[in-house]
Amino acid sequence: MSTVTSDAEVVRRCRSGDAEAWNELVERFSRYVYAICTQGFRLQQQDAEDVFQEVFARVYVGLDRLRSDEAIRPWIGQLTRRLCIDRLRAAGREAPAELEEEAALDERLALLDEALAVRSGLDAVGEPCREILDRFFCRDESYKTIGEALELPAGTIASRISRCLAKLRGELEEGRSRPSGASSSR
Amino acid sequence: MTGYDIERIAGLLRLLRPAPSGWVRAAQELPQARSEVAALVARAEADAAFRARVVADLEAALEAEGIAPTPSTVAALRVRLEAD
Repeated sequence: MSTVTSDAEVVRRCRSGDAEAWNELVERFSRYVYAICTQGFRLQQQDAEDVFQEVFARVYVGLDRLRSDEAIRPWIGQLTRRLCIDRLRAAGREAPAELEEEAALDERLALLDEALAVRSGLDAVGEPCREILDRFFCRDESYKTIGEALELPAGTIASRISRCLAKLRGELEEGRSRPSGASSSR
Repeated sequence: MTGYDIERIAGLLRLLRPAPSGWVRAAQELPQARSEVAALVARAEADAAFRARVVADLEAALEAEGIAPTPSTVAALRVRLEAD
């Protein structure tokens, strides 16, 4: 298994002015924020970009006031949801919760929280599994493209995906008792 | 997550697709714009008329200071003005 820095450690390093840590924080949560905007609340791209940037601007300014470093994950989730609702209201549209079954929105957001946990597990399984699974499931790349990019025979990609998924499942099962954002330890 | 079957894991992986790379890069560059934005906010705090002009048009205020008014810098300025 690979090693992944915990959310709390990344936050601590950001506070000390570590530029690499800020890059890592943005990288770690960018997909989650993007998904809440576009899949959760179904914002148009321009609105989604504005919310996305405002989330990270607020996180950057607010890091010093975060009560607990471990709280970064739920804080970013709540902040993104609030800003999405504000954006919909400002545009004269009603929040999805008022337009459709509130339960459906909650379900989509809960799935994204779960997906973030799986993503943390993916980071923990390390390479080459992380990249193979990311390319196949998140970027829709073909076996051929993945094989060429990673210099692996295309005919082996399917079996590698299966093995990597099993490895990821193992990581998720092991990681259930670990604190949020912390995966396999160094 | 109640179970860890492979199909479910695959489905969850598919949900978190990469954000547009330009958005990510802009957010990562926030610290670089910090000092310019902070200087602008400091001026706004000291001069109510200037603050009113900044608040009225964030993009123009940034441009006047030589800062590109991207969604990232506009958001940073808005957040700083609210915080101060």
